[in-house]
Amino acid sequence: MAARDSDRFTYRLWRYDGAQGELIPLLQSAQDHFGYIPRRAISYISSVTGIPESDVYGVITFYSQFRLQPMGKYLVRVCAGTACHVSGAKMIIETVQDELGIEVGDTTGDGLFTLNTVACIGCCSLAPVIMVNDETHGRLDPASVRKIIRKYKRAEEETRREESVATCDDET
Amino acid sequence: MKKVIVGMGTCGLSAGAQAVYDKLDEILKEHPGTFSLSHTGCIGMCYREPLVEIRENGCRTIYGEVTPDVSDEIYKEHIVDGKTLSDHVVYSIDSAGDCGGSEADYLELQKRIVLRNCGTCNPESIDEYEAAGGYEALRKSLLKMKPGDIIEEIKNSGLRGRGGAGFPTGLKWSFAAQNESDIKYVVCNADEGDPGAFMDRSVLEGDPHSVLEGMIICGRAIGASSGYIYCRAEYPLAIHRLTIAIDAARAKGYLGKNILGSGFDFDLKIKQGAGAFVCGEETALFASIEGKRGMPRIRPPFPAEKGLWGKPTNNNNVETYANIPWIIANGSEAYAAFGTEKSKGTKVFALAGKVVRGGLAEVPMGTTIHDLVFKIGGGIKQGKGFKAVQMGGPSGGCIPAAMDETQVDFESIPATGAIMGSGGLVVLDETACMVEIARFFLDFTQSESCGRCTFCRIGTRRMLEILTRISMGEGQSGDIEKLVEFGEQVREASLCGLGQSAPNPALTTIRYYRDEYEAHIKEKCCPAGSCTALVDFYIDPEKCTGCTLCVKKCSVEAIAGERKEPHTIDIEKCVRCGQCISSCKFEAVYTK
Repeated sequence: MAARDSDRFTYRLWRYDGAQGELIPLLQSAQDHFGYIPRRAISYISSVTGIPESDVYGVITFYSQFRLQPMGKYLVRVCAGTACHVSGAKMIIETVQDELGIEVGDTTGDGLFTLNTVACIGCCSLAPVIMVNDETHGRLDPASVRKIIRKYKRAEEETRREESVATCDDET
Repeated sequence: MKKVIVGMGTCGLSAGAQAVYDKLDEILKEHPGTFSLSHTGCIGMCYREPLVEIRENGCRTIYGEVTPDVSDEIYKEHIVDGKTLSDHVVYSIDSAGDCGGSEADYLELQKRIVLRNCGTCNPESIDEYEAAGGYEALRKSLLKMKPGDIIEEIKNSGLRGRGGAGFPTGLKWSFAAQNESDIKYVVCNADEGDPGAFMDRSVLEGDPHSVLEGMIICGRAIGASSGYIYCRAEYPLAIHRLTIAIDAARAKGYLGKNILGSGFDFDLKIKQGAGAFVCGEETALFASIEGKRGMPRIRPPFPAEKGLWGKPTNNNNVETYANIPWIIANGSEAYAAFGTEKSKGTKVFALAGKVVRGGLAEVPMGTTIHDLVFKIGGGIKQGKGFKAVQMGGPSGGCIPAAMDETQVDFESIPATGAIMGSGGLVVLDETACMVEIARFFLDFTQSESCGRCTFCRIGTRRMLEILTRISMGEGQSGDIEKLVEFGEQVREASLCGLGQSAPNPALTTIRYYRDEYEAHIKEKCCPAGSCTALVDFYIDPEKCTGCTLCVKKCSVEAIAGERKEPHTIDIEKCVRCGQCISSCKFEAVYTK
């Protein structure tokens, strides 16, 4: 674990004063800093709060926000709320699945994309909508959603190419 | 000096408001002192975002669908030369009070009490809230009223809980006030989980202080000194603005010890939800605040007696609290003047789906569905036929177009089998398959069931299985009767609101659209042409470029055609998986 990643999380654990109802905020701060909740974070939280590990695990699996697996660099969230559903969200989900070659809930082999659905992101007037990390894209159809995913893929390829050129330069 | 205000709620930001704000900020830096720049929450016209308002001497002009380029024009034409760009004006009001603009009727038909400051005040400025009369109601209730008077006033206003159930708010407060305890809590339910509802988010983002003020007044009325706002973690902007508002209120002495010298202490905390729909149920919400799995418990004891951490607790939703300061400031009679005999005041609706003007609309109780959809909503997109409205999200039901004279209030809506709910109103057009809509909502409630009650846990799963097989064309005779039987049992035997209302979407669609269910089961066809398993796929030769992508995707080799020639689908071989539609880049594949 890189020291700086855990700083705020450990600070929060260190500051824990036995106040009631702090388990969910602690888990949220663990996830903020690791991107998911690793096994060791469960042990830390359990030892500091005195809540049994099994109970901590029970809370993690109850709420959809918490993840026990690391996530891709880009989290693609396709809105499956009512307004998006009636505006063709199913087709959008299928298109993204096809473009990324993964099912909902999975991460691509290169660790770049994780695909999830979300109940509603509240942009109903722009339906159908997807979110890629914190960017929202609305008024989509299969062709335009494909374009958006490809844009992220291309940007990623370019960074990789530049990085490999940079490493070659270093070597020579 | 002209004041320029950019609408920066979540809807505005996702439509590109940040780029517009940055552009205006850049112009302001180049020409300092030519105008002042500020931002606000959602005014409700989500369908025309991003919105930019210019205000001067009591005149307001709102421009819609503004891009960075248009904002440059607005600067040159309107701010410098004083000429309005009439093509982009969506709403304007001059100093004499005359309205204009393409969307003037959208706002004119509304009565804005809850949304009074949304889209006009800067939500991050407590000074603007005070200038609009904010915290006057708190002053009045702390210094001039006794706790009993506050409760009486709320009772007389006829306000009923806006979270969905419609329980009289004043009565609820009086229960919590009667119970003696050293500690009591005020809780605000901001866990707006219904897909298709975003009223509470807009209020929290656009006018957080009105919710805080309502909660402090409630604290005074019931004798509580601390409160919690339980907000969805999916609403980061709402949490951000609430945090700013709480800090500002504390700095001004509206929160903390001895508020306004009255001797009354009250403070507030935000708790972030972690994604569980059932936490909208109050006892589950308390469990979640306590850091546990959010599972409901049996009532009684009711929260007014034993709520959060076993102490007397009053729980209302965002919209209910936002009404309180207005009622205290303007009096219960003014509030009760709006609405019907038993449902007073106004209600905010989130209009979405196949409606032209999707956004937020606040109307007096008793407005008809027809007026909401056609007068305010502007009718159905692409001129298609109006089929139904879905009200109340996964707990609600569908009201058919033929019943569009139904008034929206706490008596008329439940009589149709739907519920008021928190105010999501999704408009469905003729292409919506009602079996599929019921399946969609049951899929949602089934996965959100916490698993405590057998009827909810297993009953909703069995219902979902039946609905899925009907929409796949594998329905059996007797399925409709089974759905009704299971639905009634789940409704009767579940512990909390989630289970009790989960069958509503299926039961209302069976009640009004039984013929569609029968067509799926007996004739194996989907009258709306929406269930992919029951429709046939065709390729439009005009649009097909012969790229052969669909040929490669088709797993059963049902698509034939030469390269660069239009392809065709063999209906006999086709298994209707839909892969060709989602793979086609030219939208050449269609269903019939």
